Amino acid sequence: MSKLVLTEEETMLADMARGFLDGAAPVSAFRKMRDAGETHDAKLWKEMADMGWAGVLVPEEAGGSDMGFAAANVIAQEMGKTLVMSPFLSTAVIAATALRQVSDARAQEALARIASGDVTYALAVDEGIKHNPDAVAMEARADGNGFRLTGNKTFVVDGAMADRLLLLARTAEGLTLFDIPADRAGITRTKSNMIDARDAAKIDFADVEATGEDVLGQVDSAMAILKPALNAGQAALAAEMAGLAAGAFGMTVGYLKERKQFGTEIGRFQALQHRAAHLWCETEVTASAILNAGRMLDSDPENAELAVSLAKAKATATATLAVQEGVQMHGGIGMTDAYDMGFYMKRARVGAEWLGDYSYHAERVAALRGF
Amino acid sequence: MAEASSAEGFRTELRNWLEANCPAEMRDGGMTEDGICWGGKDWVFTSDAQKDWLERCAAKGYTVPTWPVDYGGAGLTRDQEKIFHEEMGRINARSPLQSFGIWMLGPALLHFGSHDQKLEYLPPIARGEVRWCQGYSEPGAGSDLANVQTYGEDKGDHWLVNGQKIWTSYADKADQIFALVRTDREASKHLGISFLLIDMEDAGVETRPIKMISGISPFCETFFTDVKVPKLRIVGTENRGWDVAKYLLTHEREMISGGGAGLSGGGRALGAVLADTMETLDATLRADAMRCEIDALAIGLTLERYKDQAEAGQGAGDASAMLKYMGTELNKQRHELMMTAGGSAALEWDGDVGNRAGDWLRTKANSIEGGTSEVMLSIVSRRVLGLPA
Repeated sequence: MSKLVLTEEETMLADMARGFLDGAAPVSAFRKMRDAGETHDAKLWKEMADMGWAGVLVPEEAGGSDMGFAAANVIAQEMGKTLVMSPFLSTAVIAATALRQVSDARAQEALARIASGDVTYALAVDEGIKHNPDAVAMEARADGNGFRLTGNKTFVVDGAMADRLLLLARTAEGLTLFDIPADRAGITRTKSNMIDARDAAKIDFADVEATGEDVLGQVDSAMAILKPALNAGQAALAAEMAGLAAGAFGMTVGYLKERKQFGTEIGRFQALQHRAAHLWCETEVTASAILNAGRMLDSDPENAELAVSLAKAKATATATLAVQEGVQMHGGIGMTDAYDMGFYMKRARVGAEWLGDYSYHAERVAALRGF
Repeated sequence: MAEASSAEGFRTELRNWLEANCPAEMRDGGMTEDGICWGGKDWVFTSDAQKDWLERCAAKGYTVPTWPVDYGGAGLTRDQEKIFHEEMGRINARSPLQSFGIWMLGPALLHFGSHDQKLEYLPPIARGEVRWCQGYSEPGAGSDLANVQTYGEDKGDHWLVNGQKIWTSYADKADQIFALVRTDREASKHLGISFLLIDMEDAGVETRPIKMISGISPFCETFFTDVKVPKLRIVGTENRGWDVAKYLLTHEREMISGGGAGLSGGGRALGAVLADTMETLDATLRADAMRCEIDALAIGLTLERYKDQAEAGQGAGDASAMLKYMGTELNKQRHELMMTAGGSAALEWDGDVGNRAGDWLRTKANSIEGGTSEVMLSIVSRRVLGLPA
């Protein structure tokens, strides 16, 4: 019976990740990249790959560390605390989970390249302003033995830098997932100027050629592969947001203890104490939902959807609260660009939207709970 | 693997036992006031099935499944306890017995009581033979609980107790009371309190029910006038009753918080409660209900997580204050939603939707009893966040 408590290995992984990230990727590193307009640190990603993070969901026979979904959540959570920019979610979690659903040699090879840190992926699903995979309109028209891809994707996270794209498009009888190089003829990528200073792109496909080889899994059956990948991504994103909330909360409580007004620490005022205490309660409850999602993905992935959506919804709400309270309780300094709290607020907003917002996941919970 | 197979073995055995022993009438969840069996000397069973169910469970230790066998329990491990609740829930079985003895005094005695006290007091609680009530609050000791003034004067072999308690739930139906009594007026307020066990039939004990806004009188005032309490009837050390009181409060808070999650004790998912009227609900109400459901699920998981942590020997700190605050605030929201969903039908006492109004009003006490939400937040603020007092 899997327990809602971190195992010794998971605790060690969290400690190790924290130690590594505090040195290699503190918030000051994020600020430097933001200031320089950079969205990818190849050296950092290589180091993460060497520690087994890129291959966290890659089977050992393909060179991965195969630590599982709960472990992936642990890593994502630690990254969230210091706003680490990396291809971890897009590549190590989403793409690796998708590729794992396919057993052919090509997928195994792709998994091996993910684990070694030699390839990055981006998931190109969204077309409108809201996440809604079922409503994808982009067309993959049958053409001889292959397809011609035409349409537009938006909010493709890591889409400007990724080597390859997982692309969802409509085929004759349903939806199909393609795994294609991002620089194929006919593809135009435009990097969006995102509030969280990270890589997201609008991608235009103009009659792009694809072969049967480019199809991941079966034609017209994308969801068999995409659904587990989305679940894994949503859970890890929820974990990142829980980490983000913890990071913002830690800064805020620290500030309450040090900032003086009216001749005393502002943390002495009950109005602020109770707000901070409420926020802590929310972070505790959210932590349970995150841990549960990881356990369900590892032990019963077929039935993990409720746990995943619960985690994403709860983490979205809590991260939103944490950054709002963070700015408010810091006062004016929280509004300045020189202070880090604004970074947390902007990342929380992007995280809230990516892979389905609160309402999207609340609807899934409602459907699964008989509403 | 051996662990897993023995767990499944327990499940099979339990399932068979439940099939053979849980009367059909006891398979309705039974969380209404009428369905609950509180036990006690004067308990009148509402049906033969209720009596049979209690006796059969008590014989197996299933009224207090995790207590040691010597004290009337079944000695279940945490994994077995989970299975026990899953299997009970699977057939929608009523809880065979509920009582403050199980929820509050029992855990305190298991922790602070002597072996003799455990043997004397715990088995009758487990069998539902003795009903306990809690004598904590006083007119001048609400949120400031340690300010109790009920006084026990040292008379050598006994204390002579005088004073008044308030909000003593079901005192008029209880056989015994566990009470906080000041036994040293000179010491600082936390260090002069003793935790005493008093027989409600003793001369000088009087109770008076208080009618509440929900229309019923679950709470009482309890008066002590020259009540003799033998020196043996103390839990823990003289004048260190506050330690026992605090420990017991953590259990009380977890018990109260469970109602909010709707998970412990057979509460139904909000979606199921509202299902009948779902078609007529406005989008706004439906959205509020969804939010409430998400919070309920997450709080329920947190209850599980803390139990797993406790079993793994990882302290959860002041988790009970957090659970109490989150659970009770949520429960109030749930009942507000249920009232709105019930529309005008919910505005009648015992109307078409049952006693929904009474239940709704009752929940307003949840965030007051056992420590107010504000006291809980102050506890978190000081002990968890380390903010200055």
